[in-house]
Amino acid sequence: METYLRKRFMPHIWCPGCGHGTVLNGLLRSVEELGLDRNEIVMVSGIGCSARISGYVDFHTLHTLHGRALAFATGVKMSRPELHIIVPMGDGDALAIGGNHFIHAARRNIDLTVLILNNRIYGMTGGQFSPLSGCGVEATTAPYSTVDPAFDAVELARAAGATFVARTTTYHVHELQQFVTRAIRHRGFSVVEILSQCPTHFGRRNGAPTAVEMLSIFKEETAKVGSRVAEENPERITRGVFVEDTVKPEYCTAYAERVQAGRGDRR
Amino acid sequence: MSSHSETRRLARIDIGPAVTKDAPGTVRFVQGNEVCAEAALYAGLGFFAGYPITPSSEIAEILARRLPEQGGSFIQMEDEISSLAAIIGASLTGKKVMTATSGPGFSLMQEALGFAVMAEIPCVIVDVMRGGPSTGLPTQAGQGDINQVRWGTHGDHAIIALTASNHQNLFEVTVRAFNLAETYRSPVVVLFDELLAHMRERLRVPEPGELELVGRLRTSVPQGIDYHPYLAREDGRLPMSDFGGVHRFNVTGLYHDMWGFPSTDPAVVDDLAHHLHDKIELQADQIAAGRRYALEDAEILLISYGTPARSALQVVHEARQNGQRLGLLELQTLWPFPGRMVQEACRDREAVIVVEMNMGQIFHQVQAAVDERRSVFLANRVDGRFITPRDIRRILRIVEGQGV
Amino acid sequence: MAGRSIESIEIRRDWCKRCGICTAMCPRTVFDEETDGTVVVARPEDCIACEICERMCPDFAITLYYAEATA
Repeated sequence: METYLRKRFMPHIWCPGCGHGTVLNGLLRSVEELGLDRNEIVMVSGIGCSARISGYVDFHTLHTLHGRALAFATGVKMSRPELHIIVPMGDGDALAIGGNHFIHAARRNIDLTVLILNNRIYGMTGGQFSPLSGCGVEATTAPYSTVDPAFDAVELARAAGATFVARTTTYHVHELQQFVTRAIRHRGFSVVEILSQCPTHFGRRNGAPTAVEMLSIFKEETAKVGSRVAEENPERITRGVFVEDTVKPEYCTAYAERVQAGRGDRR
Repeated sequence: MSSHSETRRLARIDIGPAVTKDAPGTVRFVQGNEVCAEAALYAGLGFFAGYPITPSSEIAEILARRLPEQGGSFIQMEDEISSLAAIIGASLTGKKVMTATSGPGFSLMQEALGFAVMAEIPCVIVDVMRGGPSTGLPTQAGQGDINQVRWGTHGDHAIIALTASNHQNLFEVTVRAFNLAETYRSPVVVLFDELLAHMRERLRVPEPGELELVGRLRTSVPQGIDYHPYLAREDGRLPMSDFGGVHRFNVTGLYHDMWGFPSTDPAVVDDLAHHLHDKIELQADQIAAGRRYALEDAEILLISYGTPARSALQVVHEARQNGQRLGLLELQTLWPFPGRMVQEACRDREAVIVVEMNMGQIFHQVQAAVDERRSVFLANRVDGRFITPRDIRRILRIVEGQGV
Repeated sequence: MAGRSIESIEIRRDWCKRCGICTAMCPRTVFDEETDGTVVVARPEDCIACEICERMCPDFAITLYYAEATA
């Protein structure tokens, strides 16, 4: 698994206890489980703490612009549809500035594996709130706490047309690897939302200043979708696989088939 | 015939090689946008991503049909930002790529343009200019984007921008844009205006092999040996390696070392800043291109580019017929600004008149380039209508002290 | 793999950032922490190879080495 790390850059830049390292850990286990060739993987990231993940993996890596990773990834995928394209993004990266590209990539059902590293904050810029922070959160740009409701990333992905949608947390590390594996395997637009702790900016201002405390919250305040715990505690965030559609055509395949047919008709 | 009429017979103007039925190659009667699309295909275009915007949409429409015929692919993205981002991604897989837009879309592309500059990614961006600023005049010509092409994206950077005044030229210039993009590992902008885009004119399609093509330069470093994506060869070119190939490296918009990894080391940053600037700016003379008409003994020099150059050429022709010593320098490279070419052309003239359809964007560059700043004048038109020979002659008379 | 026996648990000191996750999450309290947060593998014999520490560590600082399987 460590062969997939660019070891010369370790220790990485993330804060002590940052969940993004745990996501990277799970991702590399998944890649190893799938036995993927490093030369067949392209990682495309945007800007933010989440995006820095691409510097640490020994794949083809493309560190792009805030919110635009999916657009760059679309160009890579359309040109080389056989490559595995993994797109880790932050919550603001994916769903604020990147929101438009997110819904269109989902609409197309283009075969990309999206990991939303959701720490409900803009970490790299010092702790501003994001569209996934939710109401009542303290952040540097919400000193009186937020009035902004949050997206439900799972519902947004589902509504936009994603064909594999899952949610887990950095506490649920076995689930994390499983879902990432399934997401990479899935041929279509896959989204795994991973609740990740930012103790430095989110936790410290919102009553959980350590990684351990934040992880405990991930454990206490989530429940497996369809479980009795979920049923009895409807206020909990649900984890699991919410969408798995293998019928809807994948974009590159559909395009290739359509132009083939289009050219054929003319002869 | 009334001497005031613009409809009198125009002097025969040589705008390119003679086209006879014996000349090689297919002759077509097409609009400028189609010329640009076909030239891109001729140059080896493999991927196009774009978004509809008047007056460039035809380029996307034609390539949507033609690219798959040649084994390439096309995608209509959700906006111009993602269009440029997508072609940058595709370029990294080894394809020749292009997008096309107009002023408002080009404004949206500025951030991604800076990324392509910083990460040294070959790509061609077509900006079919219309009246601006803002929504401006969607269906009418203007030349207001010249400075934006040079300065629109933030930070110190260099850029290459080419233009043309007729369809034959436009074909060659578009092919040249792909060649320069590969040679300099840089985005290259092809700038022309709505008039050229939508008017129909004769084009002799060059035969395969007739125009030189520069291919993607790939590294010869074998698998397993360290490859440096940002290490220049002795001749200044930077060999690339395709994503999905045997070399894994990083591409970023941050300042980076020769492996592509982020760095804030002052020596690294200084080197890269100079490299990005010098690789183009110090090659300004090599990149410069222009056409000269009746320059030798010209007392008054017109400088123009794009479709207004056609009116300027008309003025020169008629003036010469009347014994007046006028000349025209038509610019085909706008950036890096061909300062030396302009300075030499302007030497010892009584006056220089820059003809353009904006408030004097190239005019200021010419002023800065010449020895006699005060003898440079602007003949412009910014009402959405084509600048005519009459408009230019009016300014010429004023410059000559003869009133209107 | 859970259930196999552990030969040793290695902590990479140069990568460990002393976040405390491994100590808090280990179901068998294998780890202790010194006052400065340094992790000590105090009771390796109690390890059940659940892999929680190895997987959760954001810094790849923990590696479980498994004993050779006997035929």
